[in-house]
Amino acid sequence: MKTSHWGMMVLTAIITLSFVACSGNKGSTEGVRLQGAGASFPNPLYQKWFKTYSASHGSVQIDYQSVGSGSGVKSVIDKTVDFGASDMAMTPEDMAKVDGGVQLLPMTAGCIVLTYNLKGVTNLKLSRATYAGIFLGKVKKWNDPLIKKDNPGVALPDGPVNVVVRADGSGTTFVFTKHLSAISPEFAQNPGVNSLPNWPTGTRSKGNDGVTASVMMTPGAIGYIEYGYAKSQNLPMAILENKSGSFVAPSTASAQAALATAQFPDDLIAWVPDPDAKDAYPIATYTWIICYKQYHDKAKLPVLRDLLTYCITDGQKESEALGYIPLPAAVADKAKAAIQNIALAPNAT
Amino acid sequence: MAEAKAITQPPTGLQRATDSVFRGLCYSFAWLSVLAVIFIVLRIAFAAAPAVRQYGLGFLATRTWDPNKEQFGILPEIWGTMYTSMLALGIGTAFGVAAAVFLSESYLGAFVFSVLKLFHLEFHPFWGKLPEQVENVLKNLIELLAAIPSVVYGLWGLHVVIPLIRPACDWLHMRMGWFAPFGTDLSGPGVLPAVVVLSIMILPTITAISRQALVSVPPKLRMAAYGLGATQWETIFAVILPTAARGILGGILLAFGRALGETMALAMLVGNANTISVSLFSPANTLAALLANTFPEAHPKEIGVLMYAALVLLGITLVVNMIGAFILQRASAGIEGGK
Repeated sequence: MKTSHWGMMVLTAIITLSFVACSGNKGSTEGVRLQGAGASFPNPLYQKWFKTYSASHGSVQIDYQSVGSGSGVKSVIDKTVDFGASDMAMTPEDMAKVDGGVQLLPMTAGCIVLTYNLKGVTNLKLSRATYAGIFLGKVKKWNDPLIKKDNPGVALPDGPVNVVVRADGSGTTFVFTKHLSAISPEFAQNPGVNSLPNWPTGTRSKGNDGVTASVMMTPGAIGYIEYGYAKSQNLPMAILENKSGSFVAPSTASAQAALATAQFPDDLIAWVPDPDAKDAYPIATYTWIICYKQYHDKAKLPVLRDLLTYCITDGQKESEALGYIPLPAAVADKAKAAIQNIALAPNAT
Repeated sequence: MAEAKAITQPPTGLQRATDSVFRGLCYSFAWLSVLAVIFIVLRIAFAAAPAVRQYGLGFLATRTWDPNKEQFGILPEIWGTMYTSMLALGIGTAFGVAAAVFLSESYLGAFVFSVLKLFHLEFHPFWGKLPEQVENVLKNLIELLAAIPSVVYGLWGLHVVIPLIRPACDWLHMRMGWFAPFGTDLSGPGVLPAVVVLSIMILPTITAISRQALVSVPPKLRMAAYGLGATQWETIFAVILPTAARGILGGILLAFGRALGETMALAMLVGNANTISVSLFSPANTLAALLANTFPEAHPKEIGVLMYAALVLLGITLVVNMIGAFILQRASAGIEGGK
């Protein structure tokens, strides 16, 4: 009995030591490994880009974690990643916290659509006053005079409007509240712009998929989600009135018309909370990748610049298939030029 | 008087050393667990300190959660946590103890046995074991409910339970809308779907522990009751359940703790709206769901507030456990007094 007892202990020791030895051998192959974290909205597109790039450049591995815009910005400030991503760009206070500075590059764009669940209604039109009123909790029933006026001749049910909003903080909510605050002074006063505002009405669901599920399952529901989601699941999308008074349906063309009016300053952060072009869809936004202006690693820098150039030029061809809006040519040129701002730190190894 | 080597001997030095090392290790591991809990509570308290200073006890009594105006209050979340947990506990206890009684009285085994008797197979070497195996399968099936991940419960609730109960809820709201618990209509996620799924989640805990307690009742008690002429149900209610009450209460307490802390399923099903309402169909919010949803994208200013909410949740769990321990003590004192 004693010998088998000792034998067990020796066996356990060998197994433990072998685990320890194995974990020490990580990353012995040479090759560059880039770490990124940030927004979940462009995650499907980024994963596709990074996979394609890795496939054609064998020794490069890119890891992107979609933890949310806020966490992405925090990671950039804490210097735990090589690049971040954010739908909410970066505030000047946050940019000042990074010594060496950051360079934001617009990568792609998307628009936010209102999806609804109304039996028998296919092309729901909503004017600015109406959809602001819905999300303020003022328009409570589907046969409200405001909705009836926007949709003459359409049979609207006499049921409550079940608003669905996001339960978790998100860049999508930030952009949507930015737009609502721009078109409705009352909204700017009360919930205001925030990634998780105090919505006056509605049930909350977690993530784009949670909102989608809630809307699809609740009769009379309306909620806001990304265009890519709605397109891939073939959900009905409301036709919204823009600043110049025309009712525009969401599509790549109408979102591009909205984004083309953006004026880009030097730091490449531009918003279009309320575009006034005639055929512009009212709710569209860019999303950015955040890089440091100075890198210390000689091996990573050229790879990162090459990756970003790929994303801004050839990568844009993949955007539309996944429901994202390709960058307008002028913006892509500006972003390509800004990649030159990313350089080696003076005291790099 | 020359003795052969004695069979018994005092412990050698090595044995004594091994004994004290082993005892020391056990003590240190036990203390490490206690210290780990204290460490967690202290870290959360430190992170929450600025928010506690700023908002004080008003935090527990106000209703708005507005990050823009920096007004925070968790009264709706405290209400939602207690309301959903109590309701789920009620339903879970009823079904859980019933299932435990069913398992401990071997009704299914008796039924299979009577079927085998029809075919004269009850003493067959292979088929004769069937009643016991069927009982085992049933017991394991119920315990398997505990193995299903919380996220899966949430998705199931969202896609199956809500559409299933919607017609009944709408009917109840239309006919009996004057009755407060049916006051609003079911606009998607809400208290009732969350309670239904939560009670299924705590069922295996209650059933497993209650079954164990019921089976541990000494057979002498059961036989004595039958000998005195009690029927089966009189025995169960008057003799067996009271004897096993201590174990059953322990299981209920454990289940309550689980219900209070349940995060993912409730984050998907409870509707996350900061309202306080008695209606079963209105959305609500719980502390755990609030933390799960707001923490990832919280601004640095909000993190202190969220830590404060976490501290409140820890406090509620502690108070509940203390009340439960007190009830357990009173219950067992009454029963064991007869011995």
